[in-house]
Amino acid sequence: MMTTPVWQHRTSRANIVLWVGWLFLVALFVFCWQVMTKDTIWAFVADAPEQAADLGSRMFPPRWSYLDKLWVPLWDTMNIATLGTLLGVIIAVPIAFLAASNTTPSTLFVRPVALFIIVASRSINSLIWALLLVSIIGPGLLAGIVAIGLRSIGFVAKLLYEAIEETEKIQIEAVTATGASGAQILNYGIVPQILPAFYGISVFRWDINIRESTILGLVGAGGIGVQLQASLNTLAWPQVTMIFVVILGTVVISEWVSAKVRHAII
Amino acid sequence: MVDKISSFPKTWKRPPVFFESAPLRYSLYALALLWFVLAIGTVDVNWSRVAEGMDRGWRFVKGFLTPDFTSRWKDISAGLIESLTMTLTSTVVGIVLAVPIGIGAARNIAPKAVYYVCRSIIALSRSLQEIIIAILFVAMFGFGPFAGFLTLSFATIGFMSKLLAEDIEDIDESQTEAIRATGSSWLQLINYAVQPQVMPRLIGLSLYRLDINFRESAVIGIVGAGGIGATLNTAIDRYEFDSAGAILLIIIFIVMITEYSSGYVRRWVQ
Amino acid sequence: MLSVNHLSKTYAAGDKALDDVTFTIPSGQVVGLIGPSGAGKSTLIRCINRLVEPTSGSIQLGDTTITGLSTSELRAVRRRIGMIFQEYALVERLTVMENVLSGRLGYVSFWRSFFRKFPAEDVQKAFALLARVGLTDHANKRADALSGGQRQRVGIARALEQDPQLLLIDEPTASLDPKTSRQVMRLLLEMCNERGLPAIINIHDVVLARQFTERIIGLQAGKIVFDGPPSELDESVLTRIYGEEDWKTLEHDSEAA
Repeated sequence: MMTTPVWQHRTSRANIVLWVGWLFLVALFVFCWQVMTKDTIWAFVADAPEQAADLGSRMFPPRWSYLDKLWVPLWDTMNIATLGTLLGVIIAVPIAFLAASNTTPSTLFVRPVALFIIVASRSINSLIWALLLVSIIGPGLLAGIVAIGLRSIGFVAKLLYEAIEETEKIQIEAVTATGASGAQILNYGIVPQILPAFYGISVFRWDINIRESTILGLVGAGGIGVQLQASLNTLAWPQVTMIFVVILGTVVISEWVSAKVRHAII
Repeated sequence: MVDKISSFPKTWKRPPVFFESAPLRYSLYALALLWFVLAIGTVDVNWSRVAEGMDRGWRFVKGFLTPDFTSRWKDISAGLIESLTMTLTSTVVGIVLAVPIGIGAARNIAPKAVYYVCRSIIALSRSLQEIIIAILFVAMFGFGPFAGFLTLSFATIGFMSKLLAEDIEDIDESQTEAIRATGSSWLQLINYAVQPQVMPRLIGLSLYRLDINFRESAVIGIVGAGGIGATLNTAIDRYEFDSAGAILLIIIFIVMITEYSSGYVRRWVQ
Repeated sequence: MLSVNHLSKTYAAGDKALDDVTFTIPSGQVVGLIGPSGAGKSTLIRCINRLVEPTSGSIQLGDTTITGLSTSELRAVRRRIGMIFQEYALVERLTVMENVLSGRLGYVSFWRSFFRKFPAEDVQKAFALLARVGLTDHANKRADALSGGQRQRVGIARALEQDPQLLLIDEPTASLDPKTSRQVMRLLLEMCNERGLPAIINIHDVVLARQFTERIIGLQAGKIVFDGPPSELDESVLTRIYGEEDWKTLEHDSEAA
């Protein structure tokens, strides 16, 4: 299935390695496929087109009148995303400076800790953070905001520390040569260089967070997802469709806003 | 030429970076403040519930630091195997389908009609989130990893085709021209002019998507699409924070491995 | 007065960049430092304000021994030494005025510098320097909006804003065209003469060095191989510094460049 043309300029040895590699991938795929589908009930899968048709007929038309009940949850969703982004960014900035190899106070102790915080935050989806937080501090907007914040830390800090590491050394050297203190070097030499990246990253993450906060309600962390969960539980498919439409519209608009803002900054 | 130094201004004010007009700037600040106050106001916190939760929060931190891999190992390993197999199969299938769609969505080599069809597939796949797709697929195909596999494949198509199409649109035109000038067929053109230019990045992106798919496979289990997410959901529901901590650590560990090795492979490919 | 005694620098990789370098610069003297790429010119001037840490030897500026100072003492001595860079090294996204004022960073507190509230005399001096280098109208522009020659003049203003007792100048003309190069060199010389300021100009263009400096130090593989007035810089000396080449055509080539 995945084939690659044989390049004449490759040596025969490299050729063999390449073919063995692809063969291994195919074998692995087949093996994984069998493991994954061993409990799959194929009758259900075969039945899927009928299910889909049935679902489709129940989902349309959307229940437009339900829109009136969605404005407040939508406002909550925006607030979760924006406040969560704010929280995440505030925590991410110091972590980024601790993680960047040219600004970290200690490569041996502080940097690995900062990098671990970043990877831990990035590995865990905001929905999982929300699941945990709902179980810890109870359902509501606060759990959603903190979940979005925790997930944003890693994303923002990672991109920001990469930007810090890419700053031009000579500009920093010039500020150092004037006899500036460490804080002044940061303020005059490094911050101006990373500021556009910082705004860009924050707006980008805000856009992603709008998208993610629409579903946090599935686990009780507030926003429009709460209505989605309720409608799914009662099998009120026309309402589900209406919610999907609203989510889609919000996502498209926030993506447009974020692209505009980022374009204006850069 | 040299004026007396005292004739120069004593103060200097940095010009504003955004919004030159001061009234506009201050009204925007006021608006932002107003929003902030309103938004904080809508966060209705039940403080007694939060205080009560602190104890559980502490148990979670402890569980995270002293994870329990053993008592739920059967569930964890079953969930992990589902997640991993789901990740690999969906990445492979997703990419195999994404390559033709990506080529079709590249303005510089695809005919207009094909271009629009492929672009709409990409738009559809990208605007729907994994969770929402998973909900629909679970409703159609029943619970289990097969629905998860379909979800991730579908999401992979949108992600990969879009980036692939952008890559193809960015390729060096002179190389395409040169191959076209030899009188090659369309397939030969793709093979000789396009593929060599986009292949290294395609491999890099595939590894990146593998990593994303694994992380997503831990989430879609929450709505019934199989994988480690379902196990995690159960553990948290039962307040078994030490098992939950173990699962989270496994996820972090696997993400770290894929990130590290994909960085290695990418350097090797380029 | 600057004196450098038995200065050596060995990088971590084991490359010996400077080998027992000794010289003295009296006040008001402008010295041209020449030598092939990799001879250690850049390392030498960076050792003087300790942007590069010397391995051994000592450096004295006036009564202060620069080698062996603590971090805060080092800051105090750095503000006495102005530095001008090859690629201008302006903070590109700050305004011209902020770049000039950054010359005072060693003198003001963090919060003053953070809110850009510099003392009145610093601001006046900055405006006077911008007028002197002919950039008064550009004070509020961002540094990256200027041309190469203009940027280098901002760099000069920043260094002089420090009220330095010594100027370190690293390849000031390497990124400029021949005409602008001469203008910048002339400006630098005028500024140094006005203030009686000693300077070390690290320069690869032998013709410019001859034309503008009163003393030339030739560096080869980290060692001083020539130290004297430009008039003594003949073919045999150039061969000693740069190696075998037809030096008679040199002047013609450089002028045409």
